[in-house]
Amino acid sequence: MKRLTLEQKLFLNGFRPDTESHLRIKDPEKCRTCKDRRCTTVCPVNAYRWENDQLTVFAEGCLECGTCRIACQECDNIEWNYPRGGFGVNYRTG
Amino acid sequence: MSARGEKFDVIVVGAGPAGLAASYILAQAGLKVIVIERGDFPGSKNVMGGVLYRAQTEEIFGEGFYREAPLERHVVETQAWVLTEQSAFKAVHRHTAFDEEPYNSFTVLRAKFDKWAASKVRAAGALIVPETLVESPIIEGEQVVGVRTGRPDGDVYADVVIAADGINSLLAQKAGLRKEVPADQAALAVKEVIALPKEVIENRFGIANDQGVTIELYGAASMGMVGTGFIYTNKDTLSVGCGALVSQLAKTGIAPNDMLEHLKEHPAVAPLIEGGEAREFLAHLIPEGGLYGIPKLSRAGMLVIGDAAMLVNSMHREGSNLAMASGKLAAQAVLRAKEWNDFSAASLKYYDQLIRDSWLYRDLRKYRNMGRFFEHNPQFFTLYPDLLNEAAREMLTVDGVSKRVKQRKIFWGSLRRRGPLYLAPFRMAWDFFRAWRSIA
Repeated sequence: MKRLTLEQKLFLNGFRPDTESHLRIKDPEKCRTCKDRRCTTVCPVNAYRWENDQLTVFAEGCLECGTCRIACQECDNIEWNYPRGGFGVNYRTG
Repeated sequence: MSARGEKFDVIVVGAGPAGLAASYILAQAGLKVIVIERGDFPGSKNVMGGVLYRAQTEEIFGEGFYREAPLERHVVETQAWVLTEQSAFKAVHRHTAFDEEPYNSFTVLRAKFDKWAASKVRAAGALIVPETLVESPIIEGEQVVGVRTGRPDGDVYADVVIAADGINSLLAQKAGLRKEVPADQAALAVKEVIALPKEVIENRFGIANDQGVTIELYGAASMGMVGTGFIYTNKDTLSVGCGALVSQLAKTGIAPNDMLEHLKEHPAVAPLIEGGEAREFLAHLIPEGGLYGIPKLSRAGMLVIGDAAMLVNSMHREGSNLAMASGKLAAQAVLRAKEWNDFSAASLKYYDQLIRDSWLYRDLRKYRNMGRFFEHNPQFFTLYPDLLNEAAREMLTVDGVSKRVKQRKIFWGSLRRRGPLYLAPFRMAWDFFRAWRSIA
């Protein structure tokens, strides 16, 4: 079976992106000193990336699973909400 | 919204199996029910493997529901594979009984099934409001009296709020019924739905018409982490996925998508999906806390059901049936409360009692120590799958060595892999004794 990149896979999904991100880093400074930055590996769509010495969140591919929030609960530095009603991922198969 | 200013008997938050089951029963009993769903339509946010069980679904949607519901295939064959990187030890069970109505279980795609279930709920008289996010409970004194939604003037009031908003249940958390899910009590599963021609699926899996096969995958499926994988046959797609505890993913740093790609490339899996075309990529958390993960189930004016109440039996990959069963019990408690016009904590505690007296609680009790045991005994995901497969290979390799010599080689070779020889037999015996105890 042809191997797709994660980006290509996300193109398969239906999304209605919200204008405002539903994921927010509470205190960006805290991430700078965070040892493992688990959010950058546990997220199934790689929404959290450590770039240029800061954490950037790409919420538009988010599948709203909640893994990042659970993985970050010791620091509790992710303000996690669902997208507003009707926004976000729209599964056709489920 | 149309619900503004109105008061309902019941607000159900979330249109999944739990919420739809509860609302169907309550609407049928004549209560004024509103179901609030954040997705575009009921099902558009919902994910499972997935297998749907007939018995509990029938208890809600009636005998023979499977003749009209959009299901994929009825399961006639159940497989379990123990994988290493290069091998697979397969256990297969098939019975003609599973091919006869009323069937035992079905593969299902939730976006389609939940949409259908919601149409039944609507026909029963409930109001279903999609595209609406519930932001918080409205609490007066001790009593939950409604919910605040993301819509302008979006406060909705009712005698009872049922939280059926899934494992993340921010609602139950905000109502103080639940704490955050610990990272070792939730598994992240990722899944691809892969399209293949119907005939190709039927040829590869040895099935015809609407017969289906489920395969559960252990060992290398989760790259040594505490987790499992699965392959389910749908009509003209396959659901292929795997998952591991969030704590394990966090510790190893293995990316979930890499875990899935690793599984898809396994020599026993790749031929089944060859030529397939990915249709959708999904991710979902699964409650793994078992009995100990169950939160507070009720308070004045509020009940928690389904995944929101962490009701999943991971040993038997049962979830949607527990969700529906808990929805039914919640409906029962609400009907009694309605009859007495008493929605206090004491009155709704009847739901806790119903849960504790139910088969699902007994099942969760039976496996209560399983999750913890396997998390602390990774040899069941790495060493033992390897020993099993190596033993099979040794016995099946015809090379002029006598079987008795092979047996001895397997026996002593296996022991050596579990530590020094004076310890290994005891360790192994202890491993399997405790494994047995945790599931027996």
